[in-house]
Amino acid sequence: MYPEYMSESLEKVTQSRNKRFELAKSGKPIYPPMNAEEREDVLNKFHPDYKVESRRKVRIGPNKGESLTTEVTDMLESHSRITSKLFDLTSPDYETDILIIGGGGAGCAAAIIAQQQGVKSIIATKLRLGDANSMMSQGGMQAAVTPQDPPTKHYLDAIGGGHFDNKPELVRALTEDGPDVAKWLEELGVVWDKADDGTLQVLHGGGTSRKRMLSCRDYTGAIILRTLMDEIRNHPEEITILEFMPIIELLLDHKGQCAGGVLYNLETEEYFTVKAKATMIATGGYGRLHIRGFDTTNHYGATGDGLVMAYKAGAKLMYMDSVQYHPTGSVFPEQIAGFLITEKIRGAGGQPLNKDGEIFVFPREPRDVESSAFIRECLERNNGIQTPSGRVGVWLDSPLIEMLHGEGYINKQFPAMHRQFIRYGIDITQEPMLVYPSLHYQNGGIEINEKTETNIPGLFVAGEASGGVHGRNRLMGNSVLDYNVFGRRTGKYASEYATKAKIGTLSLEHVDKYEKELKDARIKTKRVSPILLPYYTPEDVRKRQLTACYEGTLR
Amino acid sequence: MATKKTAKKKPASPKKKKTKTEVPEEVMATVFIMGKAHKVPADATIMGAIEYAGYQLKRGAGCREGFCGACATVYRLPGDYKIYTGLACTTLVEDGMWLSQLPTFPGQKAIYDIDKIEPSVETIQILYPEVFRCVACNTCTKACPQDLEVMDYIQAAMRGDIEMVMDLSFDCICCGLCAIRCPSEIVQYNVGLLAKRLYGKYLSPKSKELEKRIREMKRNKYDKEYQELLKTKKKDLKKIYYERDLE
Ligand SMILES: Cc1cc2nc3c(=O)[nH]c(=O)nc-3n(C[C@H](O)[C@H](O)[C@H](O)COP(=O)(O)OP(=O)(O)OC[C@H]3O[C@@H](n4cnc5c(N)ncnc54)[C@H](O)[C@@H]3O)c2cc1C
Ligand code: FES
Repeated sequence: MYPEYMSESLEKVTQSRNKRFELAKSGKPIYPPMNAEEREDVLNKFHPDYKVESRRKVRIGPNKGESLTTEVTDMLESHSRITSKLFDLTSPDYETDILIIGGGGAGCAAAIIAQQQGVKSIIATKLRLGDANSMMSQGGMQAAVTPQDPPTKHYLDAIGGGHFDNKPELVRALTEDGPDVAKWLEELGVVWDKADDGTLQVLHGGGTSRKRMLSCRDYTGAIILRTLMDEIRNHPEEITILEFMPIIELLLDHKGQCAGGVLYNLETEEYFTVKAKATMIATGGYGRLHIRGFDTTNHYGATGDGLVMAYKAGAKLMYMDSVQYHPTGSVFPEQIAGFLITEKIRGAGGQPLNKDGEIFVFPREPRDVESSAFIRECLERNNGIQTPSGRVGVWLDSPLIEMLHGEGYINKQFPAMHRQFIRYGIDITQEPMLVYPSLHYQNGGIEINEKTETNIPGLFVAGEASGGVHGRNRLMGNSVLDYNVFGRRTGKYASEYATKAKIGTLSLEHVDKYEKELKDARIKTKRVSPILLPYYTPEDVRKRQLTACYEGTLR
Repeated sequence: MATKKTAKKKPASPKKKKTKTEVPEEVMATVFIMGKAHKVPADATIMGAIEYAGYQLKRGAGCREGFCGACATVYRLPGDYKIYTGLACTTLVEDGMWLSQLPTFPGQKAIYDIDKIEPSVETIQILYPEVFRCVACNTCTKACPQDLEVMDYIQAAMRGDIEMVMDLSFDCICCGLCAIRCPSEIVQYNVGLLAKRLYGKYLSPKSKELEKRIREMKRNKYDKEYQELLKTKKKDLKKIYYERDLE
């Protein structure tokens, strides 16, 4: 329930609704989209990435000298949890064909394709299998499936949304594989939203020129990932699942090939080694770094671990200066601050409004532009609505959706959203939601090519951990597609690699070398990475925890 | 004491809900986390309370937004004999709450080849025969933090109505709370999952548009267009992009 003092503003939203409804229904533009100059202007002035203090030069490693997001630089300039002399690498604890690091969408897709080719894999994952960002996607997956939408239109949308910085061959792979991924998932049992005659339901997303968002109500990610997980569990002979066992460093061999990794049992605090013919990083994003203090939509384990492991082993990162803030993170009630409100709400006609109930931006600009416009409306124009705890936000008018599509539409299409708010006495079929940008997606990552190879032989990367696919800004629905397209590609190419690879003497020397680089660059820090889990312990409790300063464990 | 209620099956909450502006910041509640008393903010979620008390969660937290089912929790309230169930990430604490998390549940999952089974009642009989032990007690439905009609979909499974199982179990997050309460030891969420896969693969009407597009892709129909786009200079690509027509 909204506090009393918001009722005046809420009233204005209700008052303007009929007029906005008539306009939306007429098919006339409800608000003009920005041109190139306007986009640039709002980004420069208001996007958090464009502030000077948001970046810092990294002093060591493959991207040395490049300015990266400050929190990422901090993470890269950190100590390892281990040194090479702690390990006898002549008798690894596990051996497999492909070591898959991360049990989210990309990892699961790869394991299935590998299994179909008779290649064995171990999925080592930090939490449970499927406790991942992939489980949470609500809005949908883009794929060019309608007659008016050739995949080349999808290409153009994705590359324009990414400010033309995307690696073109990756965008081609992404958009070209799209239709096949839609079919592949259906054959595994994914239930797409469809009309009675089988026509796939398609909706708009931010930055799309055609309706191409496929969905499974607003549990898209959950339906897809649970299908993939179930398939994986149907093949226990070929696919081994290790839960609560994150990888904390990669292993190389004496020829510089990637050859597995070091496991850390989160509960017993033991370390184990895995020898593999090929290795895949599928560790997802970094929302739990809370960059610039933002709340995040991401799952608990999204701490960017893959980036730092790969970096220490010599892999190049790409566009790690660019962060995606989702325009519509929830700001009220406080308990769900930062939670995602799917972009599909705007795709279905929901409108962002200021405190006077006026629309102030085209609702479906690319995410960075839309987010910046929200920030401008709140901070510069002072047209936001304050919450009791001091946050600020704009309205997202959901009742309009019911008017546009008929009563019951929200309950059918957005059960998760409805549930999220009704718990707190807010019925989104009757009242709007209060939103502000929330830290959402790691636009950049480890640089890959269209076979998901990196500059380290034997190391493959797919999904949110990779960089280049989305340039400096991802569009909605392209990352669910991404983890499927490139996860499957890793499955294929890593399997090919694994059948031929000859692994030499295992080594962790790169970890020692990196440690020396830190020292030579005179970087003095107590930081340890990968970070594995964030902590939300209050300061006073933490002070009493004498183990809090231990290095190398979570304690 | 400020008590905010969440799920509808708990005792009805007072009509006048308190908001933060009316409630002083320091309103606290006492909760018993696995038996130990802690003072936590009265408007915290169970997950927030556990962390506030100083625990570093390893198990029992995944998505933190109500999608993954990692945070299943059982609790009791003072003066009430009932066992309540909820998700730690979305349920608010109440004064005197006694809670325990159930981060994993040893539910059995049938192993099958999705290409070789049929969307019929026989499949349910073979893979999950315990479904037919359902005594229609409705405890599963009461335990569901998503408010799904769990018993109804188990009954539908007994009839082989795969579509209904799919529809009613669609929003299931596999937290396991239904299964742990079930006197017949049915693993409801896995039955739902099986039905969804069967429906998606075998019963959902096929999209002709998609089939057509797949055929086009096999013929490399867009190869030339792609090659041209890949050759186009950034400047020209920008022009094409900003001038593209919108559906
Ligand atoms: C709330 C939300 C909504 C979204 N909605 C959409 C949408 O509608 N459409 C869309 O296209 N995209 C959406 N996205 C983005 C998309 O879901 C993700 O980008 C994508 O699923 C990432 O998949 P992934 O497999 O790369 O990573 P993840 O699914 O995050 O999987 C990574 C896994 O690796 C594990 N891991 C991390 N570190 C380690 C380690 N050191 N060792 C072992 N395992 C590790 C993690 O715990 C996790 O299980 C959304 C994201 C969020 C958070
Ligand atoms: S942590 Fe995922 S449902 Fe609660």
